[in-house]
Amino acid sequence: MADSSMSIDRTSVADAGHAGARRHWLTYISSRTLIYLILILGALFIFVPLAWTLSTSLKTEAQTLAYPPTWIPNPIQWRNYPDALTARPFDRYYMNTFIITILSVIGQILSSALVAYGFARFRFPGRNTLFMIVLSTLMIPFHLLIIPRFILFKYLGWLDTLLPLIIPNFFGGAFSIFLLRQYFQTIPLELDEAAKIDGASPWQIFWQILLPLAKPALGAVAVFEFMSAWQDFLGPLIYLSSDRNYTVSVGLAAFRNDYFTAWHLYMAAAAVAMVVPLIVFFLAQRYFISGVALTGSGGSKG
Amino acid sequence: MTATAVPKRSRFKMNAFQQEALNGFLFISPWIIGFTVFVLGPMIALIYLSFNRWDLVGDPRWVGLRNYTRLFSDDLFLQSLKVTIGYGLGRVPLGIIVALSAALLLNQKVKFVGIWRVIYYMPVVLPSVAVSLVWMWIYNPRYGVLNGFISQVFGGEGPRWLDDPLLVLPSLMVMAVWVAAGRNMIIYLSGLQGISEDLYDASAIDGAGSWHQFWKITLPLLTPIIFFNLVTGMIDTFKLFTQAYVMTEGGPRNASLFFTYYLYQNAFQQFRMGYASAMALVVFVIIMILTLVVFRWSRAWVYYESEIVGGGG
Repeated sequence: MADSSMSIDRTSVADAGHAGARRHWLTYISSRTLIYLILILGALFIFVPLAWTLSTSLKTEAQTLAYPPTWIPNPIQWRNYPDALTARPFDRYYMNTFIITILSVIGQILSSALVAYGFARFRFPGRNTLFMIVLSTLMIPFHLLIIPRFILFKYLGWLDTLLPLIIPNFFGGAFSIFLLRQYFQTIPLELDEAAKIDGASPWQIFWQILLPLAKPALGAVAVFEFMSAWQDFLGPLIYLSSDRNYTVSVGLAAFRNDYFTAWHLYMAAAAVAMVVPLIVFFLAQRYFISGVALTGSGGSKG
Repeated sequence: MTATAVPKRSRFKMNAFQQEALNGFLFISPWIIGFTVFVLGPMIALIYLSFNRWDLVGDPRWVGLRNYTRLFSDDLFLQSLKVTIGYGLGRVPLGIIVALSAALLLNQKVKFVGIWRVIYYMPVVLPSVAVSLVWMWIYNPRYGVLNGFISQVFGGEGPRWLDDPLLVLPSLMVMAVWVAAGRNMIIYLSGLQGISEDLYDASAIDGAGSWHQFWKITLPLLTPIIFFNLVTGMIDTFKLFTQAYVMTEGGPRNASLFFTYYLYQNAFQQFRMGYASAMALVVFVIIMILTLVVFRWSRAWVYYESEIVGGGG
């Protein structure tokens, strides 16, 4: 590095044209440095809260209350993790959350794909109006409907069971329907036609041709639904009342109210709750990224 | 339609159409059922309930418009609207600026784009309750890492963040940017990557500098995404609940009494189902009006030649 800059220095004295190139090179280097500096600062902003969580989760209670706060736990107290996870029945909470999440993902994929196929491949009266209604429900903040839904589930006898959190997902989600319909429309109609000539039923075309081809979009729907089911808080908070039915989020919030300042334990429990979605994210990141990009392009097309 | 000379064939055609329509309805039937049971029905019930007084025990009692008249003299309800809208006015533009800037940086042919993207996206996937606990602890006035840093660098005691009525909303906005900026950045990035290089080349020949290019090419072509971000950001603001429930409980002095939290308190802690329904309906109407206004306003600045933007993915 030093050598090359030296040589440019020497030649630049001799040649005015090179001086311009050198100036250009310098602005290039400084703008690059600035860009990477900002990117690194941004990454630090992301990592500091996570590192602080990890650091606190390994401290003793006395260390969490030290002033000024320290970063390195000394001694490292690993037992915060088992202590936190057994202070409340977190194993149950995780089991419940897994059940809700997995069934929600399956229901959401199956039903939304069916509906999207209906909208993408069939002509029927009122199709456009109905699809507009699907899109407009994207704009409704569903928190506004929690009261009548709560009453509905009360009459169905579903309160304090996992059903209110699972069953609605078997009737399609507006966003998933939209995403899958857009994707189905990019698949050439000739494939359907050819299969139809071979005597395939609409169901077979859906199941054997379109679904396998739509894997990227199905993956995006799956990860989004996984995240929303895993993150949901208001729903489980309202529908679930007994401890053994809690989800991780509700359990975590309840755990916080058990003690006053057990921050080392809260952070251990929070760290574990963050690990599961992070693993899913790292395994399926391309679906996240492409799914989010699809959202943006969908949004930009109105 | 009138040229039905061969009735047999025409009937066959009609049947094929009917068959197709029937299949179409069959395939979309899950959504029709779900919409009726979980959206339309609840909507009608919400309207009915808003004219009643009901604590879940016994039968609802008709009170006419009384819930509504009470609503507009309820200082806490008005406070919750003020908090929610004020927070949205800060958080939505802040989120757009941060996400757009990050996307512009990453679009400068930097190395390891994939890694930066993953790092910035990461917080979006974390459960909101866990994130709320983490930021509560960061903002802790005495033992938190933020004030620890402030006291070491600047000396003295740091602000009280979540315990300060003036700072609680800005503090929550910073946390919201931490959570969501990455996801929005990826949306912008895919938009940026869809902009054709030719446009920049052509304008460079005309002597346009990069600042000029940003205002005349990049920004106009990104307006559909900015608009999308604006609408979703607005709706997300009205959904905000976890932070209020876990971190602030609406305080201090109701400075973070977000609308959904106040709705929850009324419906599920005080069991005023009718009153809370009226509240939800009023806010529903407010959101509708806001959305319409933003849509109308968007015609003035959103660039709808969307061939160029949005090819990414």
